[in-house]
Amino acid sequence: MIFVFALFLLTLLVITALAIVHTENLFVAVMLTSIFSLLMAANFFILDAADVALTEAAVGAGVTTVIFLSALALTGEREKPRVGGRNIALVTVGILALLIIYATFDKPRLGDPNAPVHQHVAPWYLEKTPEYMGFPNVVTAVLSSFRGYDTLGEVFVVFAACIGVLFILGVRPPRESLEPRDESSGLRHHLIPQVVGRLLVPFIVLFGLYVQFHGEYGPGGGFQAGAIIATGVILYALLEGEAEALRAVPRSVLLGMVIGGAMLFGSVGVVCMLMGGAFLDYSVLAADPVWGQQLGILIIEAGVGMAVCGALLSIFHAFAARESLS
Amino acid sequence: MKLLELLGYFNYWVFAIILTVGLYAVIRKTNLIKKLIGLSIFQSAVFLMYITMDKVEGGTAPIIQTGVENQIFSNPLPQVLILTAIVVGVSTLALGLAIVVRINESYGTIEEREILDAD
Amino acid sequence: MIDIGLDILSWILLTLGGACVLIGGIGGLRLPNFYTRIHAASLTDTMATLLIFAGMMLQAGLSLPTLKLLAIMLFLLLTGPTATYALANAALLSGLKPDAETVTDNDKGHAG
Repeated sequence: MIFVFALFLLTLLVITALAIVHTENLFVAVMLTSIFSLLMAANFFILDAADVALTEAAVGAGVTTVIFLSALALTGEREKPRVGGRNIALVTVGILALLIIYATFDKPRLGDPNAPVHQHVAPWYLEKTPEYMGFPNVVTAVLSSFRGYDTLGEVFVVFAACIGVLFILGVRPPRESLEPRDESSGLRHHLIPQVVGRLLVPFIVLFGLYVQFHGEYGPGGGFQAGAIIATGVILYALLEGEAEALRAVPRSVLLGMVIGGAMLFGSVGVVCMLMGGAFLDYSVLAADPVWGQQLGILIIEAGVGMAVCGALLSIFHAFAARESLS
Repeated sequence: MKLLELLGYFNYWVFAIILTVGLYAVIRKTNLIKKLIGLSIFQSAVFLMYITMDKVEGGTAPIIQTGVENQIFSNPLPQVLILTAIVVGVSTLALGLAIVVRINESYGTIEEREILDAD
Repeated sequence: MIDIGLDILSWILLTLGGACVLIGGIGGLRLPNFYTRIHAASLTDTMATLLIFAGMMLQAGLSLPTLKLLAIMLFLLLTGPTATYALANAALLSGLKPDAETVTDNDKGHAG
């Protein structure tokens, strides 16, 4: 039964992708991208990846759409049609698609328990997580402990991207005659969305905190929580105006979160080394190795959450501040 | 039976189609934002392939419940890789969009042809 | 006995909810202009949400999932009509007249 549903969702996914490429209005394309992400999240959930579905729904359908829209507001939403060269591109892409489809017949069928992916380290992770960490969510365990180096790298990539956006958009626009528009008021004239939104923002942030600290026991963790809290604050900015959101969470706090989160993650690793273990080997943090692991994971997940939330919000504010200049 | 076995590859076919649709947008469209949208579709296709590989027949999400014997779990490793990749993807996408915004400010357009003509 | 009764009741609710979604979808495609279309689409936000979630709660019985379903239902009932209102309001402010006679492709462009 769920299989039929998956076929339906995947077909919708293909149709949405074609529609995104076909439309010439970029605004429509961005809205369709949001639908695409939501369908993708539903597919991830069907394929048993609850954590990934949560991330995709919060990041793909929420934050990405807002960032795309704020970039569109600065550039313009009409795409100029291009003449010629269409057939060559179609033929190239078509041949490539056929080649990939032909190649997939060598892959193990969906859900095959004997596939090579399931033979290597995955059974070991599943077996050792209760023993080493003492909590049930294997994804969190692999993310923050077994593959902690990987996650540290990813956090620093997010950090670097955030710094990059701030550098690129931090310079004043070249046209000097721009006068700052009067303080953007958000949806202040729309009473109903504002009232409902105000009601929802605290619950969204609360849910984000729940996802953050319940990540060891259910789907969740720093990446998802950071994205959810960021969407909550972005909703506040959309309702009350960007200046009001900056008064609630100032830029310095956001930058502190990005830098502090990344530093927290790294310094936990260094503390592990000082206490006689390897880098990011949390077992040495407490007398009982299981407690040590849990403590380490709690701290680095908090670091990841802070870094992701701060980075996404800084990026949003960088685009939004640009908007009120031009 | 034969048909059902073929449908086991359906996810991969969707992966192939979405991947090439994204690639088409990247190589054919001249609007820079449309190119970035194509790139994010391309990226989503890769995510779909990884998550497809994690599925085990009759499995559940890899959250171990106490007191239940002989559970089958899906593979946690691809999930971890994609979980972090999604967040990194949005940050790098924002970097690309920031560059596009600056290009628009300098050249007054985001069409590739017009930018090349302006130089 | 009471189990079977609850099961039948919940399936009736789920089927009715599914029918509401279907009607909303057909309305969104077939109705002539933007305002009538979102009117049809808002049926899925309200009636279908209520019916489907009531059906699912009956399936779940007295347990934690029921509470979660209730929370999600409240969330959807709050946000759905708000989104519909915001959409209609934005369309009105951008100059789309709620006129029953306007049946053009231009409307489609505005709605999209």
